Amino acid sequence: MLLFYLFGAIAAGASLLVVLGRNPMHSVLLLIVSFAALAGLYIGLDAPFAAVVQIIIYAGAIMVLFLFVVMLLNAHREDDAPGGAGRLAHGPLRLGAAVAVLLVAELAWALSRAARGGEAMLSTGPGADPAALQSVRSLGNVLFTEYSLAFEVTSILIIVAMVGAVVLARREA
Amino acid sequence: MVPLGHYLILSAVLFATGTIGVFLRRNVITVLLSIEVMLNAVNLAFIAFGRTQGAVDGQVIMFFVVTVAAAEAAIGLALVIALFRHRESLNPDVFTSLKW
Repeated sequence: MLLFYLFGAIAAGASLLVVLGRNPMHSVLLLIVSFAALAGLYIGLDAPFAAVVQIIIYAGAIMVLFLFVVMLLNAHREDDAPGGAGRLAHGPLRLGAAVAVLLVAELAWALSRAARGGEAMLSTGPGADPAALQSVRSLGNVLFTEYSLAFEVTSILIIVAMVGAVVLARREA
Repeated sequence: MVPLGHYLILSAVLFATGTIGVFLRRNVITVLLSIEVMLNAVNLAFIAFGRTQGAVDGQVIMFFVVTVAAAEAAIGLALVIALFRHRESLNPDVFTSLKW
């Protein structure tokens, strides 16, 4: 219970700093902190394998990719003075920010109702077996039987992404 | 035990944070990072729902989301490198023409 609020506060605070930070390098490192806190939350939700995946793949692979690009482009500062195109875009940006605030308010309202109404019913779950939830064996069973088509399609997606990234980042001769 | 609603509220807060970042930031890399924050908020909601249903499906979907996030990061960063090579800038407001 206490750990949830601790990890939740770390995740929310780090994510906010990621969004508000001026330096992309700090943003990437803070996002890794946020991912570590989320991995702690996953352990609290009886999903240790998801927590390990979060650390190894997200923090270990994807964030390192981001870090490489930030270092490669050597762009530690954000452009503060946009040109004429930037000034044109201010109206849509304000609209987008207003829509985002509206989204927060709407989600908070809906979720506060849901939390009050269904707390007793949803708190632990009917017939939840933590041992089955935690085991990698049951996870693999579901992944390779029920979701086998999605799994195969995912492999195609990865190949396409790999080829696409190579083609896009290639230096034109 | 923490009620499901608290996980969903945390997920909503993270998602809103990412949305604000996508709309307000002037740096393509930070926009991509904000998208990662949004994807993680969705992952948290999936795993919390899976826990309450007593099924591993939430975790399975989380793996697919992670895979898609990896593909998206690879393509997005390749695009960022290509754009930076052309314009020497990371400001998304600079990239206004499809072809030049």
